[in-house]
Amino acid sequence: MSITQNTPRRWGRWLALPALALASTLSHAAVPPTSEVNTTGLAVTDTTVKVGILHSITGTMAISETGSVQAEKLAIEQINAAGGVLGRQIEYIQEDGASDWPTFAEKSRKLLINDKVAAVFGCWTSASRKAVLPIFEQYNGMLYYPTFYEGLEQSPNVIYTGQEATQQIIAGIDWVVREKGAESFYLLGSDYIWPRTSNKIARAHIESLGLEVVGEDYYPLGHTQFNSVINRIRLKKPDVIYAIVVGGSNVAFYRQLQAAGFDLTQESPLLLTISVTEDEILGIGGQNIEGAYAAMKYFQSLDNPNNEAFVEAFKERWGDDIVIGDVTQAAYLGPWLWKAAVEKAGSFDIDKIREASPGIELTTAPEGYVRIHENHHLWSKTRVGRAMDNGQYEVVFETDELMEPDPFPEM
Amino acid sequence: MTALRNLFSGREVLYFLLLAVLLVVVLPLALDAFRLNLTGKYLTFAFVALGLVLCWGYGGVLSLGQGVFFGLGGYCMAMFLKLEASDMASTARQTTPGIPDFMDWNQVTELPWFWEPFHSLTFTLLAVLVVPAVFAFVIGFAMFKRRVGGVYFAIITQAIATILTILIIGQQGYTGGANGMTDLRTLLGWDIRTDDAKQILYFLCVFLLLLCLVLAHLILRSKFGRILVAMRDREDRVRFSGYDVSGFKIFVFCLAGVFSAIGGAMFTLQVGFMSPSFVGIVPSIEMVIFCAVGGRLSLLGAVYGALIVNLAKTSFSESFPELWLYAMGALFIAVVLAFPNGLAGLYSRYLEPLLDRGWANVRSRAVAVPPAQEKTS
Repeated sequence: MSITQNTPRRWGRWLALPALALASTLSHAAVPPTSEVNTTGLAVTDTTVKVGILHSITGTMAISETGSVQAEKLAIEQINAAGGVLGRQIEYIQEDGASDWPTFAEKSRKLLINDKVAAVFGCWTSASRKAVLPIFEQYNGMLYYPTFYEGLEQSPNVIYTGQEATQQIIAGIDWVVREKGAESFYLLGSDYIWPRTSNKIARAHIESLGLEVVGEDYYPLGHTQFNSVINRIRLKKPDVIYAIVVGGSNVAFYRQLQAAGFDLTQESPLLLTISVTEDEILGIGGQNIEGAYAAMKYFQSLDNPNNEAFVEAFKERWGDDIVIGDVTQAAYLGPWLWKAAVEKAGSFDIDKIREASPGIELTTAPEGYVRIHENHHLWSKTRVGRAMDNGQYEVVFETDELMEPDPFPEM
Repeated sequence: MTALRNLFSGREVLYFLLLAVLLVVVLPLALDAFRLNLTGKYLTFAFVALGLVLCWGYGGVLSLGQGVFFGLGGYCMAMFLKLEASDMASTARQTTPGIPDFMDWNQVTELPWFWEPFHSLTFTLLAVLVVPAVFAFVIGFAMFKRRVGGVYFAIITQAIATILTILIIGQQGYTGGANGMTDLRTLLGWDIRTDDAKQILYFLCVFLLLLCLVLAHLILRSKFGRILVAMRDREDRVRFSGYDVSGFKIFVFCLAGVFSAIGGAMFTLQVGFMSPSFVGIVPSIEMVIFCAVGGRLSLLGAVYGALIVNLAKTSFSESFPELWLYAMGALFIAVVLAFPNGLAGLYSRYLEPLLDRGWANVRSRAVAVPPAQEKTS
């Protein structure tokens, strides 16, 4: 295939996807003057607006956060190709959080105070978000945070584009109970706030259904010896292993599970996780996790026209062998949600964006449809996928309704 | 006056004043609030480097675990600030109001006993100094009394740094875990997050640093300093002369620990949080690098080393987010290969002789000129 054939096709697709956005930009044909849309001294000129991208591109988190950076850049490029935001092209300033929480704090301060960016797309771990949160609140910035996380937070200066814990957990557990007749659960996780809070929510929900939790164990981040817990699982014979193991530990956990003779495709016990996306399967190996179920809002294999266009554009931009996980898709929503809020508010001012954000909907989202809740989280559907040996998930269930985000559940 | 003369040479006073003018006048005038705060953060590492000059450069005791003391000081300060930030009003949403937020997430329902005294600022300030000193004493006593030294001591300090990191991360209900202690707001009701407060904290940091510099200088000038050097170069001879070598080593190790802890406490105040990422092996080795780049035999060099390395780190990572780690690596390799005595060594070897010659020229001319003037008049 020649380059001359390729180039127009790519641009064509970039324009096709955000057709709706293009239409709305054209209706604002006259670009409003900067003095009107920027009353607080942000980095907005008559032709450009600066935003920040703040992720780890070095250090241990780089492997997870790279997908988010790629998604955010893709979204920004697509928005620019479609005419920008309020007639202004987006320029991004990328900073490296270096997998180090104080560095995240330093860089966010730099983006907000020195560069005066109009929005920041970034952070991945809860620790990095906790480190930058006081800075965003103090200097009144706006952060679009992509990762599914534990909830217990609702900042006026953050839009959470991933799911909070209840959205992921409750739908998944209801599904195994209804479809698979599960009655007993073994909870397992890495030892930090997200798995602990998630399991707290899971336990409360399981017990409210009158079912039983037969065990609950935590292991330090990076732990690689799961034989003792695998033996305990064998003794307790739960119907469901509910696993929230994160990062590199996943590789050891699933391999040892298989070596111990658990064939997940047999579903006795069945394994349900909320922490393994397509990105993690790359490390685990599809054949080692085949048959496990995951509950989250997005899988690369989702079958809808938005997602088809998104996956194709992503691969064209970043290479054919790339995989797209839940967080990557959520990161892609960030720039689009910000653009929609800016256009609804008719201004880049943070306070006006905050006011405009609740109720904003995105019909072009790869996951289908999302809407921003009053509490700054997204209404979204939850899906259950079954891992296949090629590293992808087969979607087996999708909630009929959007799940309401509830960052402060009663427990 | 002559006593003072003996303690400070004219040139030392000059260099010290130059640094003081740079930190107190030039930088605050030249930098905006954000960059000044960053400089303040860099300076907190200068405390650690200063301690390392004493303990490693002069005492020959290489500690690869100074992050432990930096962390202890920082955490003591953070515990006080966190308690103040966790009043009933701002934690009303929690299951147990009135305790720090991370305890609530970890199902801790009352304040642990060792947190109680940190309600008091006096206790906290004492703890910043005493806790690391006691800890350093215990390590030093156990090691040096048994004549463990050199590489073995360095490895053990690394192990201690790792153990403390694991402890902090593992006991997240009591320490905040990997997240660290975040969202620190006020010191006795004084908001430490405003630009004005940051400026005041910067000057406080500079003041304490200059104080530590003078103290370190006096120690090196005293008989104790000479024994340190003797001990570094020929430990057995010092021992045969009747000195208790371990006692001196323990003292200098404790002193380095206390300096680091002051740095840690100032870090917490200026940056607004503390996390285990300053306690482990990597940051500890980085701190040794600050000292090595500045010159491990120069107290002032340690300050410049901490400033320059951190400045390079920030500016590299801002301009080349993908490449900055390589640039840093190259810088360190270059320093170690090309000038093992660091910037201070480079200065005294090449620049100082030049300046001396220039100075001598000026002087001789100054001496030569007056007779000429007399003639004309």
